[in-house]
Amino acid sequence: MGIRFILMVNKQGQTRLAQYYEYLTLEERRALEGEIVRKCLARNEQQCSFVEHRNYKIVYRRYASLFFLVGVDNDENELAILEFIHLLVETMDRHFGNVCELDIMFHLEKAHFMLEEMVMNGCIVETSKSNILSPIQLMDRA
Amino acid sequence: MNPFSSGTRLRDMIRAIRACKTAAEERAVVRKECAAIRSSINENDHDYRHRNIAKLMFIHMLGYPTHFGQMECLKLIASAEFPEKRIGYLGLMLLLDERQEVLMLVTNSLKQDLNHANQYIVGLALCALGNICSAEMARDLAPEVERLLQFRDPNTRKKAALCAIRIIKKVPDLAENFINPAAALLKEKHHGVLITGVQLCTDLCKVSAEALEYCRKKCTGGLVRTLKDVANSPYAPEYDIAGITDPFLHIRLLRLLRVLGQGDADVSDLMNDILAQVATKTETNKNAGNAILYECVETIMSIEDNGGLRVLAINILGRFLSNRDNNIRYVALNMLMKAITVDTQAVQRHRATIVECVKDSDASIRKRALELVYLLVNESNVKPLTKELIEYLERSDQEFKGDLTAKICSIIAKFSPEKIWYIDQMLKVLSEAGNFVKDEVWHALIVVISNASDLHGYTVRALYRAFQTSAEQETLVRVAVWCIGEYGDLLVKNVGVLDIEDPITVTESDAVDVVEVAIKHHTSDLTTKAMSLIALLKLSSRFPSSSERIQDIIIQNRGSLVLELQQRSIEFNSVIEKHHNIRSALVERMPVLDEATFIGRRAGSTPATVSTSNGPSLNLPNGVTKPPAAPLVDLLDLSSDDAPAPSSSGADFLQDLLGVDLSPASKQPGISGTNQAPRTGTDVLLDLLSIETPPASPITDILSSSQVYKSPHASLEGLSSPSALSTRAATPAGAAPMMDLLDGFVPNSPISEDNGPVYPSIVAFESSSLRIMFNFSKARGNPQTTSIQATFTNLSPNVYTDFIFQAAVPKFLQLHLDPASSNTLPAGGNGSITQNLRVINSQHGKKSLVMRMRIAYKSNDEDILEEGQVSNFPRGL
Repeated sequence: MGIRFILMVNKQGQTRLAQYYEYLTLEERRALEGEIVRKCLARNEQQCSFVEHRNYKIVYRRYASLFFLVGVDNDENELAILEFIHLLVETMDRHFGNVCELDIMFHLEKAHFMLEEMVMNGCIVETSKSNILSPIQLMDRA
Repeated sequence: MNPFSSGTRLRDMIRAIRACKTAAEERAVVRKECAAIRSSINENDHDYRHRNIAKLMFIHMLGYPTHFGQMECLKLIASAEFPEKRIGYLGLMLLLDERQEVLMLVTNSLKQDLNHANQYIVGLALCALGNICSAEMARDLAPEVERLLQFRDPNTRKKAALCAIRIIKKVPDLAENFINPAAALLKEKHHGVLITGVQLCTDLCKVSAEALEYCRKKCTGGLVRTLKDVANSPYAPEYDIAGITDPFLHIRLLRLLRVLGQGDADVSDLMNDILAQVATKTETNKNAGNAILYECVETIMSIEDNGGLRVLAINILGRFLSNRDNNIRYVALNMLMKAITVDTQAVQRHRATIVECVKDSDASIRKRALELVYLLVNESNVKPLTKELIEYLERSDQEFKGDLTAKICSIIAKFSPEKIWYIDQMLKVLSEAGNFVKDEVWHALIVVISNASDLHGYTVRALYRAFQTSAEQETLVRVAVWCIGEYGDLLVKNVGVLDIEDPITVTESDAVDVVEVAIKHHTSDLTTKAMSLIALLKLSSRFPSSSERIQDIIIQNRGSLVLELQQRSIEFNSVIEKHHNIRSALVERMPVLDEATFIGRRAGSTPATVSTSNGPSLNLPNGVTKPPAAPLVDLLDLSSDDAPAPSSSGADFLQDLLGVDLSPASKQPGISGTNQAPRTGTDVLLDLLSIETPPASPITDILSSSQVYKSPHASLEGLSSPSALSTRAATPAGAAPMMDLLDGFVPNSPISEDNGPVYPSIVAFESSSLRIMFNFSKARGNPQTTSIQATFTNLSPNVYTDFIFQAAVPKFLQLHLDPASSNTLPAGGNGSITQNLRVINSQHGKKSLVMRMRIAYKSNDEDILEEGQVSNFPRGL
């Protein structure tokens, strides 16, 4: 329900972060990622950020070299998801300071922790950056 | 040091993987790493466990199998240290899912963690539970979660709320327990808890009607107040996004209000104010504001009718539509589709903008706009809309063309005000995108054309013109060829010219040119060529002067490697050469097909493969475009065409006319209806020329032939210059009726006048071990009933015991089986079993018998089952 999966993919099509909220086998995942990424990468700036794929929608946005793709149900508010993507990026930015693709790659687990604080079971839990980051900062200090 | 030992840190491994240039290298690196991790696991190495899991997660993300790490996760979770637990839970959530049995082992750890003193650990456990718990786990741990819903720490509460959502999804029965705590959550101040509480309530209401009622009564007021507070709240730095406080909360609240208000007028009333406020006061220059407006509009559309609000909503949508941002336009189009059901008029006002969107450069917007346009079409605006869509068809790109064509065709079919407009538009579509047009569509077009008798001349001339310009569109060529064949004389003689037409003179040879081009063109496929051959036959009758030339063209295909074409060309050639007197009767104008029945039939029944390719290729004399092969496919269901009246379209027609049983097996062994669609047409033709077994098929007056008495031999020889005929599986009896036709035989003497004619016995079934012979007799005066005596002979050296013969017939036949003479069949043909059957043919004279048999017996103590079909019943039974 709500969000089905969140992917961060770079311009060459390599997955940097993948979080699925529904069950898919490994082959399905790879196939899915391949298809979607191809579709999104092929679009240019002018086109809108929503792609329809099978029975769900993909909302995507490009930040520098990284594409953020969120797969949602058909009845979800796409503009809200766009906002959510931006919120996610801002949160990571606050934590890592000028976040870039390499940060996410080398601190994959922290990125996952952040995402977990924000989305649970496909629903948005927390939208305040300080609330999200406080447990993570606690852990770093420990 | 070996760079791949488990001593490597995560980042080193990542570096190593990144340094790989090829996929094969990467696979090698990953494999080595996995091996190292596996050996480390085997050694039960504590220190590096979390590192291993982290590496495993990375590898899993890349797409490699990592199930060997699952137990490691469990051990990590059980450890006392927080970082290890953290990684353990993370690994758990990534590497496992609810279907794995390993998950059950985690339940105990989860329970302990849920009761832990440290709230972060509790949070972790809740997180894990919320993401992947299965139904049993949900049941086990539900009470804990309930308790935690009231915990003092808001973070825990919010996580517990989301966990509860998953629980009630998995186990809807537990929903009642959560209603009260959930309602309490709605009064919170903390946004995180509020959001999740709202989520929980939304899902509760979807799952349980009782919850819905409860929420409606108790919570609506509170919700409205909360929304008001949030909307009016001053600047709050924590939750501020683009100047709006916590838009996510806005949206969630609006959604819950939507669920509560749907179907309930009172609740909807309570919301009107706040909805109006949100709709008017939200800023629209930022995406966040637009998101809120979007949700607001959706809510307004779903709750009970309030005129003022609806107008407001549609205005907002109109503004969205003209926004330059593609995202907003997309969203607006989406909304409009829902709004159409509510208020069509308002949406019609935006029609022009929507049509513009169909031409947009963005694929998603185009798709949405096209669907919306399809919903908007009605009788008044169908003409301008179609015109625009067809214009766009010329410029659109390939993937889109298919969709667009399908939609245009269905719009034309549904809403066309007059036939001439229909034909015009379809011709345009065919010229532009004929290759994308589906078969049913051009079949329907032909039906319409044949129905519009005053437009025949106009149509054929228009097609002629279109052919000159767009001969590469296959379907256009087919339709053109068919029409020219049928109405060639109208074309040449300029019959029925309408005022709007430009004059055009077409000579006979021009018309023949068209068909010749169609045949010879290298891209023409089988159906087109077959149709062209028939058209040529028709033209040879209508244009006697071009007969020579036509014959030449037909002869060129005599040696074609495709059996269909070869057969047709030889047969038609023989018709032209030798049988002039029947030729004109053969290719007379086709009778008008009944549209309504055609559409009904098409909607109803037959397998697409048979019908589509077969359609107009069956341009038999007075045949039908609707595939008569329909009954072919399901032999035992021939009764689907019950109406015997010749005026009905469809397969009956053909059958009535030619009285042919279209079971292909009788003509060529081993053909099944489905994949031999073109053949069926020729089968029938074959029947016309050479019906294989003696008794006649009652052919109607048009062919003015009739009874063929059984005179098997007669003169196949005379006819057999087309060698193809004799190679048919048809028995030598074939040509008898042909000769009769030639001799101008007398009109119908239906079979019923037979004086108990004797029909030849047939071998109904023969295999290496069994032979079955049928002997027939009919009682005088009761033509519908046939008595069959079946004789079974054993061809093998073993004795058959428990011999049972079963038979099945189509619905128009009735079958009675008398008991067999015995159940034991001696070996080697030394004896036989006889059994009498009685068959009553309700369609006597129109359909022949067919029967399916199943024989079961025991031979050498093993059960044997044989099945077969008898289709070579003599005609007239």
